[in-house]
Amino acid sequence: MAEQVLLRERPAGVQEKPVPARSRERLLQVLFLVPAVLYLLLFFGYPVAKNVLMSFQSYTTATFYTGEAPWVGLDNYTRALGSAVFDKALVNTVLFTVGSIAGQFVIGLALAVFFHRRFPLGGVLRSLLLLPWLIPLIVSGAVWRWILDQDNGALNRFLGATGVADRPGWLTSTSLALIAVIIVNIWIGIPFNTTILYGGLQDIPDELYEAAAVDGATGRRAFRYITWPLLRPVVGVVLVLGVVYTVKVLDIILGLTNGGPANATQTLATQSYHLSFQEFDFGQGAAVGNVLILISLAFAVLYLRATRRAVDE
Amino acid sequence: MHRPVLATLMIVPLVLAAAACGGGGSDDSGDSGTLRVLDYYNNEPDKTVYQQALEKCGQQNGVTIERETVPGANLIAKVLQQSSSRTLPDVLMIDNPDLQQIAATGALAPVTDFGLSADGYAKGVVDASTYQGKLFGLQPVTNTIGLFYNKDLLAEAGVQPPTTWAELRTAAKTLTKGDRYGVAFSAPANYEGTWQFLPFMWSNGGDEKNIATPQVAQALQLWVDLLGDKSASRSVLNWTQADVNDQFKAGKAAMMVNGPWQFPVLNEDTKLHYDVVPIPAPQAGGTVVAPLGGETWTIPQTGSKDRQAKAAKVVGCLNADDSQLSLGKLRQTVPTKTALGEQFVAANPSMKAFTTAVQTARARTGELGADWPKAATKIYTGVQTALTGGAAPQQALQQAQNG
Repeated sequence: MAEQVLLRERPAGVQEKPVPARSRERLLQVLFLVPAVLYLLLFFGYPVAKNVLMSFQSYTTATFYTGEAPWVGLDNYTRALGSAVFDKALVNTVLFTVGSIAGQFVIGLALAVFFHRRFPLGGVLRSLLLLPWLIPLIVSGAVWRWILDQDNGALNRFLGATGVADRPGWLTSTSLALIAVIIVNIWIGIPFNTTILYGGLQDIPDELYEAAAVDGATGRRAFRYITWPLLRPVVGVVLVLGVVYTVKVLDIILGLTNGGPANATQTLATQSYHLSFQEFDFGQGAAVGNVLILISLAFAVLYLRATRRAVDE
Repeated sequence: MHRPVLATLMIVPLVLAAAACGGGGSDDSGDSGTLRVLDYYNNEPDKTVYQQALEKCGQQNGVTIERETVPGANLIAKVLQQSSSRTLPDVLMIDNPDLQQIAATGALAPVTDFGLSADGYAKGVVDASTYQGKLFGLQPVTNTIGLFYNKDLLAEAGVQPPTTWAELRTAAKTLTKGDRYGVAFSAPANYEGTWQFLPFMWSNGGDEKNIATPQVAQALQLWVDLLGDKSASRSVLNWTQADVNDQFKAGKAAMMVNGPWQFPVLNEDTKLHYDVVPIPAPQAGGTVVAPLGGETWTIPQTGSKDRQAKAAKVVGCLNADDSQLSLGKLRQTVPTKTALGEQFVAANPSMKAFTTAVQTARARTGELGADWPKAATKIYTGVQTALTGGAAPQQALQQAQNG
């Protein structure tokens, strides 16, 4: 294909050097890759490499002016990972990620299946579902902070009026704050899950359901024997991407609780931010950030394997 | 046209993008007729007040002021960026607790090199702008926090504004009624929480070098008791000072710990009658030690001695007596020269409590310098641990101190 085009493009009367067509095609292929590779190296490779280097240096405000950042070996890691806050942040990160993903995925899948049936206004409702995704996080954070306020928040007024519970401290008690932050993050993550899973459902041929119906498999059984197995590759992608997105959530936690009360909602991401930009200890901040990168990397490898299998299937 | 050419063309924008990332701003050295100023007064009325003050000082010294304002949260990031690309402004405003960090980089010139001095300034203000024995900034006005009280509510309950911790606790209890709390303060998981706790901790002899002491624990016990009595909302754990002010303005808190920058917001409501007294002392007759707020003006090392000398003249002009008095009046802040106190209070009676407090106030970074942020983190963590019932004050502070 490309070869024919090239042949046609050659101006008349110009003698081409006898370059074998095969290697020219190869060169072309490489050239088309160059922009993407360059982009990745510049905007992803460099920051990551820099972050790894920073974590082995004593990198402070002074470094910005003097350019000096003495090497300190593993000092940043021993200090950052040895602090009591780190253990708590690691546990919180796991709880936050697992809780968010579980909630987002289950509700997202339920909504995707629900909207998979055609009914009046289905399209309108589906677009409305995207709203949490469209609102800037800092705005949703502020609004949720107001909803979850202990004395005057809309949620507690509702709970108080219905007599369910007496004004729980959603953002002020150490036992509830993490749950509250997870709930808000689930709300933010539902549209993403619904959209991707809905797309996956659209790809399942209707004939299969018809055939299954003839055999008497409808409703729940159809879901178990047709929908779920055929959706599996998409599910893998959604879960892995979800983990990578959730592990590094920062703005929503900062907006709601700032990692408090008493570190109850401190995650690796908020701790890394705090060390770097509040305490100006960029070396330690980078060390915690690298732990996050490692976690994301493990899931990225899973993702690549899952998608490859999905393509093979 | 060969395909490879096309591919090359596709790369061009990327290369350009990369080049754009590398370049910084241009340094217009040589032109000493224009001074670049950077500050974070991006909201009214401060924005205009400083615009006029800077222009006036520029005119007096024959320079044009080219001013840039950024949001408060972005200032330090911008300064660090500029210090690495050597594009620092000629005059730089820094929030006083951050001065130590920036002075430590070597990016600032000692203001004493240009004939400026801090003689006659409140001691705490000088401490905040001093790094390793050298003065790196001059601060024209400062602020601190006091106890605001709703005159009508206190009169109605027959309560006098409290002057001691015991009185504060009793008054807060008496004033708590229905969905109204007796007192409101701000204790979130950030430096704002630390700032609000400092007057209680310092007045009781507590110190940031080691917070696991009975003095700090007693101060924290007072806050724990206020929450335990239900005289203050549990929401204080998540309230900013602006949130606290909203509560007070709405009549949902009879007293609050806050600063004079809230006056304009409170004065919007003509039905609200309030006044300010100093933060209550541990015992009757005790001295109240409050933290100093406000921003200091510095002269970065731009490499042009001529422009630095002009920048110093502008900084000196901002700090002149008449400028301090007018900035104080227009921005509800207190002049930093102690000799101006009486004159200032006579003209601005509402600033009396704050002007008194500034005389004995302390700089947050006075003791620990660039290590202050780490200590400040420990303080609010300890406070939050005790307020959430995670541990008794002494244990909570011990845990926080150990990190």
